[in-house]
Amino acid sequence: MAKELIKGNEAIIKGALLAGAECFFGYPITPASEVAHAAAFYFPAIGRTFLQAESEIASIQMCYGAASAGVRCMTASSGPGVSLKQEGVSYSAGSELPIVIADIMRGGPGLGNIAPEQSDYNQVVKGGGHGNYKCIVVAPNCGQEMCDLTILAFELADKYRTPVYLLADGFIGQMMEPVEFPEPMTIDQSHKAEWAIMGNTETVRNLITSIYLEPEELEDHNRKLQRKYAEIEKNEIRYEEYKTEDAEIILTGYGIVSRVLKSTVDALRKEGVKAGLFRPITLFPFPKAKFAEMAEKVDNILVAELSNGQMVDDVRLAIDCAKAKVHFYGRMGGVVPTVAEMVEKVNEIVKG
Amino acid sequence: MAKDILRKPGGFMDTFVYKPGHDKKNTHYCPGCGHGILHKLIAEALEDLGVADRTIMISPVGCSVFVYYYFATGNIQVAHGRAPAVATGLKRANPDSIVISYQGDGDLAAIGGNNILQAANRGENITVFFVNNAIYGMTGGQMAPTTLVGQKTMTSPYGRSVENEGHPIKIVELLNALESPAYLERTTLEDSKNIAKTRKAVRKAIQCQIDGKGFSLVEVLAMCPSQWRVSPVESKKWITDNMVPYFTPGVKRDVIDEREGYYPERPEIGSETILELLGLRKEKLFRDRSMSDVPEKYRNPQIKVAGFGGQGVLLLGQTLAEAGMRYGWNVSWIPSYGPEMRGGTANCQVNISEGPIGSPVVDFPTILVALNKPSLDKFEESVQPGGIIFYNTSMIDRKPARTDVEVIGVPFSEIADELGNLRFANMVVVGSILAKTKLIEMDIVKDALAEVIHHKKFIEPNIVAIERGASAV
Ligand SMILES: Cc1ncc(C[n+]2csc(CCOP(=O)(O)OP(=O)(O)O)c2C)c(N)n1
Repeated sequence: MAKELIKGNEAIIKGALLAGAECFFGYPITPASEVAHAAAFYFPAIGRTFLQAESEIASIQMCYGAASAGVRCMTASSGPGVSLKQEGVSYSAGSELPIVIADIMRGGPGLGNIAPEQSDYNQVVKGGGHGNYKCIVVAPNCGQEMCDLTILAFELADKYRTPVYLLADGFIGQMMEPVEFPEPMTIDQSHKAEWAIMGNTETVRNLITSIYLEPEELEDHNRKLQRKYAEIEKNEIRYEEYKTEDAEIILTGYGIVSRVLKSTVDALRKEGVKAGLFRPITLFPFPKAKFAEMAEKVDNILVAELSNGQMVDDVRLAIDCAKAKVHFYGRMGGVVPTVAEMVEKVNEIVKG
Repeated sequence: MAKDILRKPGGFMDTFVYKPGHDKKNTHYCPGCGHGILHKLIAEALEDLGVADRTIMISPVGCSVFVYYYFATGNIQVAHGRAPAVATGLKRANPDSIVISYQGDGDLAAIGGNNILQAANRGENITVFFVNNAIYGMTGGQMAPTTLVGQKTMTSPYGRSVENEGHPIKIVELLNALESPAYLERTTLEDSKNIAKTRKAVRKAIQCQIDGKGFSLVEVLAMCPSQWRVSPVESKKWITDNMVPYFTPGVKRDVIDEREGYYPERPEIGSETILELLGLRKEKLFRDRSMSDVPEKYRNPQIKVAGFGGQGVLLLGQTLAEAGMRYGWNVSWIPSYGPEMRGGTANCQVNISEGPIGSPVVDFPTILVALNKPSLDKFEESVQPGGIIFYNTSMIDRKPARTDVEVIGVPFSEIADELGNLRFANMVVVGSILAKTKLIEMDIVKDALAEVIHHKKFIEPNIVAIERGASAV
């Protein structure tokens, strides 16, 4: 299909519709609003449901309802709104509901600003709400992935019956790039009759719930969830490597930062510094084994984030006590580091 | 006869399989509790109306959290107060289902206050049963928004005071201020006469939904002998003496008969139509072209366009990116947003590259377009040596100081003004860039325009502007 020059935020919606999303429930917030704008325009145009909820608390709960009815559904927001969604995300994880949530991150804490940060990492990747749960988290770094990973998010959500986040930053959301969209998918949702409540005799005995009164029962339920997360860790890790084979220092980051790092690698190689880029595409499951393996081969790993250092904790945990030293470089408030800045930082490490 | 009386209504499960413990026949409610009576009325109605199989009961948080033990319907348990939002999602996803939100007064009137208000205001075609027992039952007898003035609870041990907690909230009256609801009634369970009225109200509220008439809510004044610390018998009198005078029963709204039933349709739409409606089936001009056709110093440009908001800076960049894409090149476009957007200035950053684009951020442009003086002042220094600066001599009264870059001054605004509209200045720039750099051909940029300009009547004048810009350098 011909390429479209399109904003990342809009690519999410076209991807979602091609993946068979039936309902979108949203609430405006910069820099995620174009997702809702596109949803408001395109969902009804092809006979599907868009509704602006009264709050993010409500929009995720509307998804809870729609997912329970057995349809593909999604919502989108940014920092403050994602904080509000955490109640519903916890319930959805507990009730095992497939829901896609796009988080186009902005600056925090509090109202912060609308510039790109990656400071929702902890609240999105680590669970965020109450209880022993995790969500699958995919992190696009370009327009094409805003579409492709949205589609993947729907597939993984259905496959594992779990909420899935698309975690992008304001930069990736606002940027326009060429995107090639796939053909519309015909998705068979009839398997959901096993658990969903479709308002018919076949599904009338199904129950969607996260309450398990007896401690042993709730422990069993939790163990089942943990087995599911283990299965996800086994099957669904995704990452991208760029010039890592002979690298002496690994640069790592996701979203817009990974784009800056890619150019940094090229710039460093011109100077004769053997740098490579490792980009996690799934943040849960986190490519732990890959990090552990790299950490045996290189002396230094530099983690760059638009935050105070959130993913870096996972890198440290992943490499355990391996050889490599883990360094961190973060910018906050909406400042995106320049390639020159990153080159300087790497030189400090390798020459320092 | 006796058998008939003991028979459970068909809306109930015969055996309460989800209920833990040995007793799968009786409910978990305390003796004299209002919930049990209301459950029975709903179960009977579902059977008589023949809709149990397509009904979804929503269990809230509160004593009725276990609604799902009992009803032979689809069941879903939800977060405290959120039932109306969940109901909205269920009903929108499947308009054929009958969705019943069952909520207590803490759930509906306190934590879920906005959720019920907004669902009612949207006129969601759902049915809400609101159990007002003037107290939080489940958590051990704390104050509810409906707790009466002077009533002692665990969290109003001296009695609810108007000064501290305000007056008890009257939900049906509150919702009656909205245009959308179809049916709002308050009933009580204090005696058999009123139970009969409640039975009628329950049926009417469900029928309202079946007929597609919109939002209905029945507020039921219900006994909570355990938390009121009175006997079941006294609890009925407690309603009569204390609740009824304040929460007056009766139909507050009934516009069911005035309304047409509404049944949303979900059309079947084929793949081709979907693609068309998503704008993915447009005829566009593409052409294979190598960057080597472009003079070397203008290849793979990193462009920054800056000016006042309203000068069409973003569209200018978008036109270049759209056109560049038509050659199969990689492109990226980022608007200034966030901290940079202040003060009415706008800029955008565009990459056009034969190879993959790493960082899309243009910190050091090879092409700078400065449409006003602040933009030139701010970005002149950042231009790469050997790069090129296009500046708007209509609005900038100095020449760029750089000597290691190419400098092109054009009165973009004056030319646009001559063409009849200052807004064309951005396309005059596009023309100048094309002519100077040979990066993009005229027919491609014209085709790109059709994609980025939404009002078709503006395409022609913009093409004229591009042509004027091309002849100005
Ligand atoms: C977010 C949240 N806050 C508090 C609670 C604790 N809680 C459980 S039931 C309840 C009160 C329910 O009262 P009401 O809605 O009046 O129902 P009743 O028990 O009287 O039937 C509260 C506060 C909770 N489960 N979740």
